Amino acid sequence: MRDALFTRRDILKASAALAIGATGATRVASAPAAESVTPALIAAARKEGKVVWYTVMDLPVAEKLARAFEAKYPGIPVRVERSGAERQFQRLAQEVASRIYAADVVNSSDAAHFIVWKRDGWLAPYVPEDVARHYPAEHRDPDGLYATSRIWLSSLGYNTNLVKPEEAPKSFADLLDPKWMGKMVKGHPTYSGTILTATFQIARDLGWEYFEKLAKQKVLQVQSSTDPPKKLALGERAVMADGNDYNLVQLKEAGRSVEIVYPSEGTPLIVGPNGVFKMAPNANAARLFQSYLLSLEGQQLLIDFSGQHSAHPLVKEKAGRKPLGEIKLMKDDPAAVEKQSEEIKARYTKIFGV
Amino acid sequence: MLGLAVLLCVLIVLPLSWLFYFSVTDRSGAFTFENFSKLITDPVFLDPLITTFILAILASLACCAVAAPMGWLVARTDIPARWMIRILVMASFVTPPFLGAIAWELLAAPNSGLLNQGFRLLTGASQEERLFNIYSFPGLVFVISCYTFPYVFVLIANSLDRIPGDLEDASSILGGRAWVTARRITIPLALPALVAGALVAFLQSMTLFGSPAILALPAGFHTMTTKIWSLFQYPPKPELAAAASLPLLVLTVILLRAEHVILGRRGFSVVGGKSGDPRLVRLGAFKWPALVLCLVVLLNPVFLPYGALLNATFSSVATTLVSPANFTFHNIEFVFFELSATKLALKNTFILGATAATIGTLIALVVGYLTTRKAIVGYRTLGFLATAPVAIPGIVLGVGLFLSYTRPPLILYGTLWILLIAFVTIALPAAYQQLQSAFRTVHPDLEDASRILGASRLQALAHITAPLLRTSVIATWCFVFVGVMRELSAAIMLFTSETKVISVLIFDLNESGDLAAISVLGLFMLIITFAVVILANRIPGFGGVHLRNH
Repeated sequence: MRDALFTRRDILKASAALAIGATGATRVASAPAAESVTPALIAAARKEGKVVWYTVMDLPVAEKLARAFEAKYPGIPVRVERSGAERQFQRLAQEVASRIYAADVVNSSDAAHFIVWKRDGWLAPYVPEDVARHYPAEHRDPDGLYATSRIWLSSLGYNTNLVKPEEAPKSFADLLDPKWMGKMVKGHPTYSGTILTATFQIARDLGWEYFEKLAKQKVLQVQSSTDPPKKLALGERAVMADGNDYNLVQLKEAGRSVEIVYPSEGTPLIVGPNGVFKMAPNANAARLFQSYLLSLEGQQLLIDFSGQHSAHPLVKEKAGRKPLGEIKLMKDDPAAVEKQSEEIKARYTKIFGV
Repeated sequence: MLGLAVLLCVLIVLPLSWLFYFSVTDRSGAFTFENFSKLITDPVFLDPLITTFILAILASLACCAVAAPMGWLVARTDIPARWMIRILVMASFVTPPFLGAIAWELLAAPNSGLLNQGFRLLTGASQEERLFNIYSFPGLVFVISCYTFPYVFVLIANSLDRIPGDLEDASSILGGRAWVTARRITIPLALPALVAGALVAFLQSMTLFGSPAILALPAGFHTMTTKIWSLFQYPPKPELAAAASLPLLVLTVILLRAEHVILGRRGFSVVGGKSGDPRLVRLGAFKWPALVLCLVVLLNPVFLPYGALLNATFSSVATTLVSPANFTFHNIEFVFFELSATKLALKNTFILGATAATIGTLIALVVGYLTTRKAIVGYRTLGFLATAPVAIPGIVLGVGLFLSYTRPPLILYGTLWILLIAFVTIALPAAYQQLQSAFRTVHPDLEDASRILGASRLQALAHITAPLLRTSVIATWCFVFVGVMRELSAAIMLFTSETKVISVLIFDLNESGDLAAISVLGLFMLIITFAVVILANRIPGFGGVHLRNH
């Protein structure tokens, strides 16, 4: 099977080169040609018999996608290895340094990680058909190493049992009001990629003074960006200072007493890429999974179930949800995050004490 | 036998050597004291050190304050249902402390905690008011004490069990009233056990990782163990982690020495030929209030947390009381049928538990035999090596093993072997202690008789000693197995995605706030634990596991 795969890939490489030559493309990038899901790929994946997905999505969302994949491709169980993006980044580095190759497909909420992994040569080029055909350029790596699997925001929120709508904070600045002292929950940038990305954008646009003042408000410091929405829904804190807006969408649709606030200064935009790991022990299953996740089917399921947004233009937003276009966004900048990541974490830890 | 000594040396000396090496080198491998100077000058490290120290002292005092009267009530008074109290204390002992901490989040998180909700409901207090705040320094001291006091209880109860009644009788006969007898006889005799208990509780509280990681970080402070762990965040700083581990190690060694000195004197106090059973103090009218008091204490480590976990298992909202409206099987379904990490974590835990228990018991058995029978030259060294890991806190061992086995010649990181080494090392001292005392109960005459009749040493061991020790061996095995299930601090440093165990999975789930899934897994873990403990206790002739584990 391995031989077959290599042959096929060699052919594809050759055809990709041909394609570039034929169109006379001046682009330096060397994205391989799109690959459709062939019976040969499915058979090879089935022979491997499993796929391990290192992901940072909220656990029930990731498991939902995993089960859907298993239903479509029986005999290829997905093991979801879920952790915070920054924690996962460290663990993956530690594993690779010890030559442990357990990951097949990798996902992150810190897009900067893909810059690092790409530079280190840890990602395998693979462009699923849907990505080639539909994904806008800003949501796919020019070299075909990864593509955006989901888009969401780090928003504010409040518990509607504890806060009246007219009293709810409307902006980041509102959170600094003494009335929210001891009433907020937020995630941690050394654990969560979402929070790290959001911290970067907020510090860039509002300055670190914002965090210095926020730290004096006695926030409940949790780790994952999936946790503040959950603590909010339990009524543990009245206001969420950062965290996944999509968890709030889910909770709200489930009838829980939470409300999302997109702050007037703009809401941090989080883009979560997904890629095939080069040293993947189950290389075919990894490609099949990558292809499924980025397909219209996978994306539509992800978006319907989780309340996130898709880079796939054919995906339809569920009725009643706020389209991304109507929200004032902060600008994401993975390259800058990559450069400042360590500094952000150190500075944050110093300000908040943990 | 040399092989055994070498094996024990490798288990203990190798990780510690790497720890020392890293603590005095910089990135380039050059010698430096900079790591230590950073440790004592940078408030980022100094604060957790001080916090940990105060935390451990307070928890230790709290444990003694609770365990001493309880130990006395159970051992020396006619309090009703004493067996039940002992069982419940044992239940608090086998409950993983990190699970207890999460259960207490469900109970006493300032706003959503069940107890605080109940308080507001009963008193009509406003949303602003609360009875407890578990995300606080006192909250952490409380939760740590809940799961550390059994160590003190067992030491005190055992010691009081052993104080001969004669001395107290003599005091009464000479006209001493109850209080005089207590003050001049019982308390002085029990004092060494109390001091030793205080030291053990201090050590436990100081080296615990799970509870502070779960409660202190939300509260906004670090302890030494959480700080060491955070030094492995990206980019990892192993040399600082190594340096930060050493104070814990040194302090542990010093305190264990102190404990040894204190407990060493105890033998003196109970010399006196055959002595009667201890006289039970009649509590009279205080009998039932005393029982109620004990049960109230045991609400905290057992009834309330178990209840909270059970509630979260079947409720659609973790901190809402189960009712027909929100009753659900979804959480159980999620953990066992959707959560894809469950199967592997359970498998790993069982494999590790069974092999660590088997190997640990075997080593302890051999070393115990050699030392009690003084069978070889250098048996003292063997005994020392088997006891030495007591002085290595779990997280320190984790760091040491990580540094040792992530580099050639032996890369064990990423395999179950590295966890196996950690668990065997951690379990060895307690297993050795148990089996050594079991060997002492089998008189060498029996073996000698067998050898006179022509059996070799090994045959004598197989036909005479082994059958007599069977129950102790099984008990030790179960004891190690349970210990592996509740181990987190070393596992958190050493696991990879393929070698995750249940304790680590629960910790992961806590970081993403999946409380319902934790409750299901936690209860499942407790059920297995109790099944194993009951198994150990049902073996005839076995009188209860000696509750001692570091």
